[in-house]
Amino acid sequence: MEKFTIQAQAKTTLGGKSPHALTGVVASGNLEILFERKEAPLTVTVEVMTASHGYKPVWEAVIKDFVERASPGGMHIAIHDNGARPDTVLLRLMQGARLMETQS
Amino acid sequence: MIPENVMNEPSWYELSARARINGLLDAGSFNEILGPQDRVMSPHLAFFDLPPAFDDGIIIGRGMIDGRPVAVAAQEGQFMGGTFAEVSGAKLVGLLRAVAKSAGTPQAVSSVFLLLDTGGVRLQEANAGEMAVSETIRAILDVRHKGVPVIALIGGRAGAFGGGGLVTACCSHIVISEQGRISVSGPEVIETNKGVGEFDSKDRALVWRVTGGRSRVLLGGADSYVKGDISSFRKAAAHARNSVPTLSLETLEHEQERLEQRLSAFGDCRDTPEIWTRIGLPNPAGIADLTEDEFIHLLAKEEVRHDAR
Repeated sequence: MEKFTIQAQAKTTLGGKSPHALTGVVASGNLEILFERKEAPLTVTVEVMTASHGYKPVWEAVIKDFVERASPGGMHIAIHDNGARPDTVLLRLMQGARLMETQS
Repeated sequence: MIPENVMNEPSWYELSARARINGLLDAGSFNEILGPQDRVMSPHLAFFDLPPAFDDGIIIGRGMIDGRPVAVAAQEGQFMGGTFAEVSGAKLVGLLRAVAKSAGTPQAVSSVFLLLDTGGVRLQEANAGEMAVSETIRAILDVRHKGVPVIALIGGRAGAFGGGGLVTACCSHIVISEQGRISVSGPEVIETNKGVGEFDSKDRALVWRVTGGRSRVLLGGADSYVKGDISSFRKAAAHARNSVPTLSLETLEHEQERLEQRLSAFGDCRDTPEIWTRIGLPNPAGIADLTEDEFIHLLAKEEVRHDAR
């Protein structure tokens, strides 16, 4: 298992009032992501715990892409990954951001 | 293009445990206890270099069905096979004990629903998992003794195997779909121990003929049969409270007698069509091929073979 934290700055704070949201399941080829609204307004922190070793540069690229697309300022994002592909990771990140914006 | 009736009737089998709870309960009524943000996780999985889950694969809480307060626990069959382990077991046992304690008070719930989806005990924390199964059974019996029905809903990917099969059998009422399976030793376990001649775990038709929902409900191992969509489970869950026998010595003696009779009548059968032939079902080899409506019609015509449990 590999653990690392990736920090980023978003252009805006993510909208919505939901304090936290969970998406996905720690199943084979899948991952779970917990979003929590507890960082400074423009800060994004992503804690990754993954069963697959040696993919940190790929994670950095996916998260950079996600931060540009969703601008998830204020989010603390914790990930438990069980070998999800980058497209699945991005999909789940976008789902999580959407839940934070829309869930009451 | 996905047909509209399929879009509108999500499958219990396909959904995650969280989505099942949302579909089962009145919209917005679920209050989770020890949710993911509380990070009550397995302390054991890291030793095996395995990622944990924020909820340790079980979701517990309270909510409403048709405005009635209920307690719910749902196992996530896709995480570690939906296994019973130290933390997940403690969450389940804690919920059941709280229900037993609140019986007769303003906080009481009308029923408990167990959305089991499990291969049994989690091997990485097997001793704790075995304890969890025993404690769960004890807690279920305590809840039932207080007059609160405990209803199992079985239709997930992992089935209800190992300790999950035992826990299911201890519930007051079991609702199952065609995809659901209940057994103690799983197909792979039987094959590993007794050889492929005894049970071919790769023969999916055989696995479902023996452990699947249709066989279980015909033999009295489940009480209600539903189509596999979430609204059918919800309807059965709303209705199930009315048909629960009280847990008493007499009930258990009836159940013992029923099981002895079943064993003497069918104990030498090698496959379920032999049983269906003996009890005179039409087209015994074709039970699995009936449509859902045809099978439900057949069940309605057959007498219920038990009312004990």
